[in-house]
Amino acid sequence: MTAQQQKAARPHVDVRATRPLSPHLQIYRPQLTSVLSFSHRLSGIVLGLCALVLVALLIAAASGPRSYNALHAFIQSWPGQILLFAGTFAFFLHLCGGIRHLFWDTGRGFELRTIYASGWTVVAVSVTLTAIAWIVRSMLSR
Amino acid sequence: MSTNCTVPGDRQQFILRCKASPLTGSIGRAVIIRSSDQVPRSTLLNRFPVPRNLGVAAGSRIERGRTWPAPAGAKRVKTFEIYRYDPDHGKNPRLDSFEVDLDDCGPMVLDVLIWIKNKVDPTLTFRRSCREGICGSCAMNIDGTNWLACTRFVSETRKRATVYPLNNMRIIKDLVPDLTHVFAQYHLIEPWLKSSAPAPDRERLQSPEERRRIDGNWECILCFCCTSGCPSHWWNADRFLGPAVLLQAWRWLMDSRDEATGERLDQLEDPFRLYRCHTILNCTRTCPRGLNPGQAIAGIKKMLIERKSL
Repeated sequence: MTAQQQKAARPHVDVRATRPLSPHLQIYRPQLTSVLSFSHRLSGIVLGLCALVLVALLIAAASGPRSYNALHAFIQSWPGQILLFAGTFAFFLHLCGGIRHLFWDTGRGFELRTIYASGWTVVAVSVTLTAIAWIVRSMLSR
Repeated sequence: MSTNCTVPGDRQQFILRCKASPLTGSIGRAVIIRSSDQVPRSTLLNRFPVPRNLGVAAGSRIERGRTWPAPAGAKRVKTFEIYRYDPDHGKNPRLDSFEVDLDDCGPMVLDVLIWIKNKVDPTLTFRRSCREGICGSCAMNIDGTNWLACTRFVSETRKRATVYPLNNMRIIKDLVPDLTHVFAQYHLIEPWLKSSAPAPDRERLQSPEERRRIDGNWECILCFCCTSGCPSHWWNADRFLGPAVLLQAWRWLMDSRDEATGERLDQLEDPFRLYRCHTILNCTRTCPRGLNPGQAIAGIKKMLIERKSL
């Protein structure tokens, strides 16, 4: 049915609502600005889940060696290690991104050049801190 | 091409300074964007890795359109994929491919659209007026970001260039979005001088310093490139005012002649109208006039906090 026919058939219907919506997320180019913002929110969600795992760990430890050993074995396994690694990276990314947001809240750092410089700094620093954390961990567990 | 910056001389100086700076070496130059008219040198992904029809209503899904071949004898041919929608045929939007003869066509994306309309398909519909980046009519999504078709060089576009209308708008036809909603949002901030004092017999005077405070704000041409490129506005277009409108709200807050600052702040202090801005800053990245809506919004938020702590 064409828009005109639709309007004739149902005159009370707003023609605006029958118009198609142009694409947005489906076609917009990923940029450092939007990618870091999405990652900030995603890492926040991951950290929320990590908090649940931490609670599970504490409950398991409190309820005795058997349950603690079971959970410990999971964390030592490959899937557990990958989750732990993702959690570490999410932690540092969210931390650095949060500090960047604090600077913005003071009204500073809004020149396009500064936005990109601070954005890439967040990426570089969180990758570095994650690497350092895991190197220290492997040295301690030796 | 200096139409998109307020003070061309300043920008020249700025670019020279950037080139001279040792901190911005080859890596810096490749990844640090310094002005919004810069097109990235390399792109990992042209679009987010989400399904094409993620959350898209049945009537808005884009179908494959037809290919319009280049005229016989064309030597330098470039393909443009263009969003089409015809309200009179009751069909879904589609993506047509136009093969354009670059030797027969002007240098800008708007020239390509006019060339297609004159020589290939006269039904192609788009808004245009000034062809020099000052009217804001030809704002559209070119290669995935919003810009004015009249100030984007064809040579800056991808091998297969894509042209969509502004994002997240109801489409009237082809590249013509319905701007009723965003202009209604603009109306909401009451973008005019408010003063309770009796009208003076002459101009309302400002000192040069007072006048400078609205620089970078009044130059907005209301093309809505920023608002339609803002993910927060995609999710909450009904209640979040969006960067273009908030930049204008800031412009009136900054105006020394306006006496309604408190009233304006009351209107803005709302979890959706203002605070849906999560400082994503796609707005500042895309503004064809090189303005900074992100900074203006941060200014409003700061002003509200300062008002509370008085």
